[in-house]
Amino acid sequence: MPNPVLLVTRRLPPAIEARAARDYQARLNPEDTPRTGADILRLAQGADAILCCPAEKLDAATIGALPASIKVLGTFSVGYDHIDLAAARMRGLPVVNTPDVLSVATAECAMLLIFAASRRAGEGERLVRSGKWTGWCPTQLLGTQVSGRRLGIFGMGRIGRELARMATAFGMQVHYRDVARLPPDMEAGAIWHEDDVSFLAACEVLSLNAPGGEGTRRWLNAERIALLPPGAVVVNAARGTLVDDAALIDALRSGHVGFAGLDVYDGEPRLNPGYLDLENVVLLPHLGSATRETRDAMGNIVLDGIDAVLAGREPGNLVR
Amino acid sequence: MKPRLIVSRQIPQAVAERIRAEFDCPWPEGRDMTADEAIAALAETRADALMLTSHLKFGADVMARLPASVKIAATCSVGYEHIDVAAAQARGLPVTNTPDVLTDCTADLTFLLILGACRRAHEYEAIMRAGWRRGFGLGEMLGLRASGKRLGILGLGRIGQAVAQRARGFGMQVLYCNPRPLPAEQEQGATYFARFEDMLPHCDILSLHARSGPDTLNIMNAKTFGLLPKGAVFVNAARGNLVDEQALLDALQSGHLFAAGLDVFHDEPNFDLRFAALPNTFLFPHMGSATVETRTAMGMRALDNIAAVLAGKPAIDPLWR
Repeated sequence: MPNPVLLVTRRLPPAIEARAARDYQARLNPEDTPRTGADILRLAQGADAILCCPAEKLDAATIGALPASIKVLGTFSVGYDHIDLAAARMRGLPVVNTPDVLSVATAECAMLLIFAASRRAGEGERLVRSGKWTGWCPTQLLGTQVSGRRLGIFGMGRIGRELARMATAFGMQVHYRDVARLPPDMEAGAIWHEDDVSFLAACEVLSLNAPGGEGTRRWLNAERIALLPPGAVVVNAARGTLVDDAALIDALRSGHVGFAGLDVYDGEPRLNPGYLDLENVVLLPHLGSATRETRDAMGNIVLDGIDAVLAGREPGNLVR
Repeated sequence: MKPRLIVSRQIPQAVAERIRAEFDCPWPEGRDMTADEAIAALAETRADALMLTSHLKFGADVMARLPASVKIAATCSVGYEHIDVAAAQARGLPVTNTPDVLTDCTADLTFLLILGACRRAHEYEAIMRAGWRRGFGLGEMLGLRASGKRLGILGLGRIGQAVAQRARGFGMQVLYCNPRPLPAEQEQGATYFARFEDMLPHCDILSLHARSGPDTLNIMNAKTFGLLPKGAVFVNAARGNLVDEQALLDALQSGHLFAAGLDVFHDEPNFDLRFAALPNTFLFPHMGSATVETRTAMGMRALDNIAAVLAGKPAIDPLWR
């Protein structure tokens, strides 16, 4: 029997493409051309499975029009707000993702943002590279110490808990806000807040680690920002939609938010140009999970899930 | 009568407020002075104490010209390469530094260097400031995950130990090289190497925390960089003269090193601009202790030393005994 046909929408790390080519008739995208919904429908004709990426919108219309031969949809991401899950469910299409494996890399990215923002990495870097550094001075580019500060984590899922573990090694006191309190072993000493008011007041550093979607859209708005202590540090390595950009930019301009570090943006890869003029913000281009180790692990787990569905087994990474 | 003080460099606000309250000082916020200007100000005010930083080269020649009224010189730094300690001792002048208070801050910056170098922070920031506008392929612009790596530390002193403790939060395996192994409670499970050369092949990430001196001058050179595994990450938040910079440039350009994070250079601020032209560097203008909290604590510690000596008590952090 010939290998099943797998449509891969974008270029993947070499080890993952090699595995796909070994186990499937893989329709790869060596040019890494962006794919529209119409492209996907065309390329999926006669395929058994699709491995897509967060850049592609798989809305109800696209999912409804997929060829009947498609038995599983894998996404090279932990998030799935680009996929209309209700439509997939209606069509009986299992969706598999890449949970767990990028938690550490994404939490690392949040830590990097916390340090880079608090210690004014962008400004320091630009000063040095400009060749205009005139010497050490006791009052130059003073940032805010990270060790020993209070860290508030909005969304204490896998990534939030990894971040909490890292922060604890820096003597940070961890506070968190989530829909429900975690059991003590997962909480690991972090302090749960039942409401936004007490949570935000505790956040000398606020890290957003919640999922995107309508329930959290623009959660960090002007009203909530006002509840942060003056000079607070805000970082977001989760989803751009969590933040009201105009409100955060205002707060960075006024200094109410002292520093911010962002890896994600509402409407990326476009971003509110107001950020680009600010010195007290460190900006990364959504590369929270962009490590060699993590991307390989992501590719392997999503292929494991696709393999399982096609073999009639229950995948461990089924999105429910 | 309040003791008279000259502060030869700008200092943080909270320190200036304490100076106003406790000292007689013409410029409590500090003033950037040359050695000549500092000596003139000390003489004019018949000052009891001088607070300085590394910008003021405090050698035997400067000390010989100090007015006799000066009873202590306190540097607002942990390093004291700018002070001729032997000359101070010969003159019987107490000189002090500010250890301990910048340990956490410097250890934090070391992790910023590690994470920034591993995760290509400079390249990413530059992409953003240029407007981004293009998504990346899933195999494109990948960095290294720092978690779970083997971290080698040269010099497991106060700062080195603080770095090692933070490394545990990233599940790193810590290796270290010191003249002598530390007791188990300070070692905290780190693996000891007596010879630096023996440790290097096991370091995915290497961080320097040694003092500068004749035995550590250019300790990182073509040979020692060559002993690191290919693709290693190198960070230095200690002293620039620990590194042969030509060898470091070569290792970065050849790809033997994945990236380097540097807070210190041989020649500061006139560092080798070839580092700035490389994409795989993450560079800082000597900001290891650059937080409001730490710089304030350093200033306060310097004032504590001054107050102790002027009250006839022993200095808290003497550089000679």
